[in-house]
Amino acid sequence: MEKVKVKLLTGRTIDQGTSKEHGKLSSEYQESVAICEIDPSDLKELALKQNSNIKISTKCGSVVVKAIESKRAPHPKVIYMPYGLWANLLIDSQTHGTGMPSFKGIPAYMEPAPDSNVLSLPELLKQVFKKG
Amino acid sequence: MSVIENVTCPVCGTLCDDLAVTVEDGFITDVKNACAIGEAKFMNFSNPNHRNLKPLIRKEGELVETSLEEAVRKSAEILVASSYPILYGWSCTGCESIRVGIELAEEVGGVIDNTSTVCHGPSILAIQDVGIPTCTLGQIRHRADLIVYWASDPYSAHPRHLERYTSFSGGRFQKSEWEHYVARLRGILGRKRISRTSERMLTKDVSMPAISGEKLPPYFETKKRKLIVVDVRKTRSAEHADFFMQVEPNKDFELLQAMRLLVKDGELEVEEVAGIPVDLMEDVVDTMIGCDFGVIFFGVGLTMSAGKHQNINSAIALTQDLNFRTKFSIMPMRGHFNVAGANIVSTWQTGYPFAVDFSQGFPRYNPGETSVVDILRRDQADAGLIIASDPVSNFPKKAAENLVKNPLIAIDPVISPTTLMADVVFPASFVGIETEGTAYRMDRVPLPMKKLVEPPQNCQSDKVILTRILEQVRLIKKENELG
Ligand code: SF4
Repeated sequence: MEKVKVKLLTGRTIDQGTSKEHGKLSSEYQESVAICEIDPSDLKELALKQNSNIKISTKCGSVVVKAIESKRAPHPKVIYMPYGLWANLLIDSQTHGTGMPSFKGIPAYMEPAPDSNVLSLPELLKQVFKKG
Repeated sequence: MSVIENVTCPVCGTLCDDLAVTVEDGFITDVKNACAIGEAKFMNFSNPNHRNLKPLIRKEGELVETSLEEAVRKSAEILVASSYPILYGWSCTGCESIRVGIELAEEVGGVIDNTSTVCHGPSILAIQDVGIPTCTLGQIRHRADLIVYWASDPYSAHPRHLERYTSFSGGRFQKSEWEHYVARLRGILGRKRISRTSERMLTKDVSMPAISGEKLPPYFETKKRKLIVVDVRKTRSAEHADFFMQVEPNKDFELLQAMRLLVKDGELEVEEVAGIPVDLMEDVVDTMIGCDFGVIFFGVGLTMSAGKHQNINSAIALTQDLNFRTKFSIMPMRGHFNVAGANIVSTWQTGYPFAVDFSQGFPRYNPGETSVVDILRRDQADAGLIIASDPVSNFPKKAAENLVKNPLIAIDPVISPTTLMADVVFPASFVGIETEGTAYRMDRVPLPMKKLVEPPQNCQSDKVILTRILEQVRLIKKENELG
């Protein structure tokens, strides 16, 4: 399956805001943050269903999350991930002298990942930081 | 059972101070007036499954329980031994703790930076460049007849902002749009009823013209406060807007500059800019010029995308241009409840709002060099103290990796990826629930945060923990001097 070129936005969602208060190790948090909101037309192009696994990659890394049909469509080829560890593994630390990395409008690729799992927070921490 | 009134919500920069919290036997059992996020905080903060309840220290790779004294001693040792520690977080604690934190940063010759470095840092850079015409939220509530949310979705991040200060709030000179929506709905239903009755009476003319579609007579259209939303997606806030401009990602700067041209009566010789048809842009600009008092609220959508502080520069310049035609203000939508306070305390103590470097014995400020993400990207820090924040989740990967590989101290009421990766963990109490304090709202109005219940046994306030670390640092330094 071909990779599809997209622009990645990251940001707050109300679900991320409320589930954070249930604890970052809770299943609510993972369900609301380890996701990617995708335009229905892009989902169709990749023959993806709601909640199937999708791999998002940027030049900094890649992560597998759940694909969710966006309720904020149309925004073809623009994907949206809530703030959190999953999204930030894709972000570049370069700030171009401002102190602020770019969290929005990042060139990225997405592809279906039926054979990969969405890692839980402890699994992801262990994989990335080799600690804990 | 007691109901505590006028409680300030310790979640977002809207800092709603009208909550009513019911406390029974030392537990919070109900909260009124809060939004979903505020309520989730009050109803879940004490859940022991996600709280840090004991001081922890890392031994042989594992976090194990320890005493507060041991945790304080270990933290002080880490800080004294390091040559370039970073002290980061500060936006979810009270001003009183931030003040102690700055003293600690100076004592250990470290860098103190707050979370605005990765949210509205660029806004601060722009404000330092060109100034800012702004006001308080009270003035907006009472007087503003045009609200613009640019790259900000209050429904998701500041849920009660619309209801308390803008479109859905009722001010002295401005009616709430909420009442208008309800009146409009009633009007439509009423007219349908009349029309049905008149049809039943088999007469088409009962002194009222026939209803055509959903259109209402002009007296129902006296809509005062107008709402404009500019965003890269059709957000929930955009659904309520009179005008919505869906700008292409990373093109806000172009759109802002084009609008500045229109405000100055210039002409655009193109069909569209940044994905927005010029016709729509002209309507929006006419509405902006036509209002009595407008305000632009901008979110991190502007600071985090291409252009960064240049986007804010041009948003402020647009506001300044509009002030030649009418009255206009602009305000950043601050995220965490006391991130504005972190900037303010840092400014009054050191002269600089964030990214303050004490390594040379005096405060230095040069975002891009002394900002924490850059220090971590260049791998220059050799220890970290994180308070009331979760940079392991929120920083870009490389910065987070370099933070974690150094000795790390975390002060936080809740378990987070940062506390899980830390070498020393302090269980803190929640400011605004278990400890009192002061926080600054997004319009820089300070508000008191109340203590509602007692913290769990081993949880101390941020201020107490920091003060103890500071005392211990001074003690160790003195011992070192004496040899
Ligand atoms: S809008 Fe913000 S301050 Fe107000 S209740 Fe909601 S979370 Fe709390």
